[in-house]
Amino acid sequence: MTAQTATGRDPAAGRRTGATGTPGPAAPRRDWRRALTHLGMSLLALFFLFPLLFMFIGSFKPDGEVLNQGLGAFVPSGLTVRNYFDAFARAQFGRLFLNSLIVSTAVVFSGLIVNSLFGYALARMRFHGRNLVLAIIIALIIIPLEAIAVPLLFIVSGWGWIDTYHVQILPFVAQPLFIYLFYTFFLDMPRELEEAARIDGAGPLRAFVSVIAPLAKPAYGSVAILSFLFIWGQLLWPVMVTRGPQVRPLPLGIAEFQNLPPIQWGDIMAFAAMMILPVLVVFVAFQRAFVRGVASQGVKG
Amino acid sequence: MSATPSTSSGADSTMSARSRESLSGWLFSAPSLTLLTIFLIVPFALAIGLSFTNQRLISPLPTTFVGIDNYVAVFSDGVFWRALVNNVTFAAVVVPVQTALALWLAVLVDRPLRGMKVYRTIYFMPVVSVMAVAATVWKLLYEPDSGAVNGLLGLVTGGALQPDWLRSTAWALPAIIIMSIWQGVGFQMIVILAGLQGIPQVLYEAGEVDGATRWQKFRHITLPQLRNTLIFVVTVTAILAFRLFDQVYVMTNGGPRNATQTMLLQMVEVGFSQQRIAQGSAIAVVFFVIVLSITFVQRRLLREEREIT
Repeated sequence: MTAQTATGRDPAAGRRTGATGTPGPAAPRRDWRRALTHLGMSLLALFFLFPLLFMFIGSFKPDGEVLNQGLGAFVPSGLTVRNYFDAFARAQFGRLFLNSLIVSTAVVFSGLIVNSLFGYALARMRFHGRNLVLAIIIALIIIPLEAIAVPLLFIVSGWGWIDTYHVQILPFVAQPLFIYLFYTFFLDMPRELEEAARIDGAGPLRAFVSVIAPLAKPAYGSVAILSFLFIWGQLLWPVMVTRGPQVRPLPLGIAEFQNLPPIQWGDIMAFAAMMILPVLVVFVAFQRAFVRGVASQGVKG
Repeated sequence: MSATPSTSSGADSTMSARSRESLSGWLFSAPSLTLLTIFLIVPFALAIGLSFTNQRLISPLPTTFVGIDNYVAVFSDGVFWRALVNNVTFAAVVVPVQTALALWLAVLVDRPLRGMKVYRTIYFMPVVSVMAVAATVWKLLYEPDSGAVNGLLGLVTGGALQPDWLRSTAWALPAIIIMSIWQGVGFQMIVILAGLQGIPQVLYEAGEVDGATRWQKFRHITLPQLRNTLIFVVTVTAILAFRLFDQVYVMTNGGPRNATQTMLLQMVEVGFSQQRIAQGSAIAVVFFVIVLSITFVQRRLLREEREIT
């Protein structure tokens, strides 16, 4: 164990040097301190959870009781599932969900393909102008969508793209940050694997699909999650390019729904709950990939 | 045609292998590069170009060059200044508070304790709950008479503190700030946690040999080792502060009386709602210059460190 702890890479093994090693009379005091730590951590957990709890409880309450003299909102009473049916009927939740699903799926999958191909080419293939292209990609990372939204609106409305799916998809497929993340991943990959594939006579695309890409699963996982989080929550662009509920995604849907009279908070909470439940489920299931995805942005600094 | 993949071996095999690789390199790059050109590079150039014209979304008038008129219009607009001040205030509060909080949380959840994973998961949950949803829920929590926030405050302060939150010009921005920290701090926590776990354990062992206290270890080992991570976190948070849009769009739409007006709300208002593409582009350029300056400060700080070590 000592040999591994020295590296400090493994969080579980690396942290056990201090108090846990000392046995004897200190034990009861340690138990006490541990209980206190758990209490503090639980209070913090409550701070992060209470809006979500409020939302889930409220989604099962009659509309008039969602807002209930302060903390009464957290007491479940008169529970009903009517709000969920109302969210479908009054806010076209089904349609909006489908729209979000179509746009997000298209962006994530096509993005994975084109960004990884590009990242791989930059990391491993020698072609004229590669270094210049790489420098441009890195420079492009700092341009936020917001800085180009207005001229992009001007371009796409000239093409008659307003109120379509593809106006919400195509601008977000290629992302300099994701290209860069793939690039750094492929750069660190051992070269021997590709060379083995080359000796077998596979062309570059075959080698990429059958050998390289399967080995890059962690990178694909991280990028898929980052890209999904971004596109599922996207609000500013849909505000500018969608007019009606036909192609409108969920975030804009909920922003509109809460101003749609008569304002019924139970329905709105049900809408909100159904909108983030899929994300929470995916998050809990693929937690490690989430954390790696988020952390991978930090290490590039 | 010697560059096509079908010609496998020839007399000049090294030459064709190289040009073949060059060709497939460009082929692999082409889809992404095309999309980036159309949807990022051209609009970016256009943002700068259009900001010096009188372009509107739909207009019978021909497009003409108007010099810096749009920038003059932007900077002589009181609402824009109000928005800029709000963004700066938001940054001045959120950057230090959220970074300190994230650092504290990261140190907390980095300890070996049973169930730590569960806490980590919970602290991160607001990040994955979509901003538009979080804003909707918080809007209800902030209701002055019947919301949970004032319910809790009433319990703690005995009814002394009952702000009107989103309906008060004084409390609306603090309300947005609190909500944004709640939503965003988990992200920073995870980034810092990754940084913490990259610190070599030997440093702490050496510290223990020297008899360093926990605070001394934190001050002289953890903080210096986290320098680059913290610079990254501060930069990202500062940029996010100027990108403030979703929360305010849902919760206040800039009100009451511009108390939560932001640059991007103004950009959407001018460029989209009023269809004044040119002036909207000018706001976008100002916004980008701010983002660029923040990034330059980061680069500068990172370079300084490289010179020291």
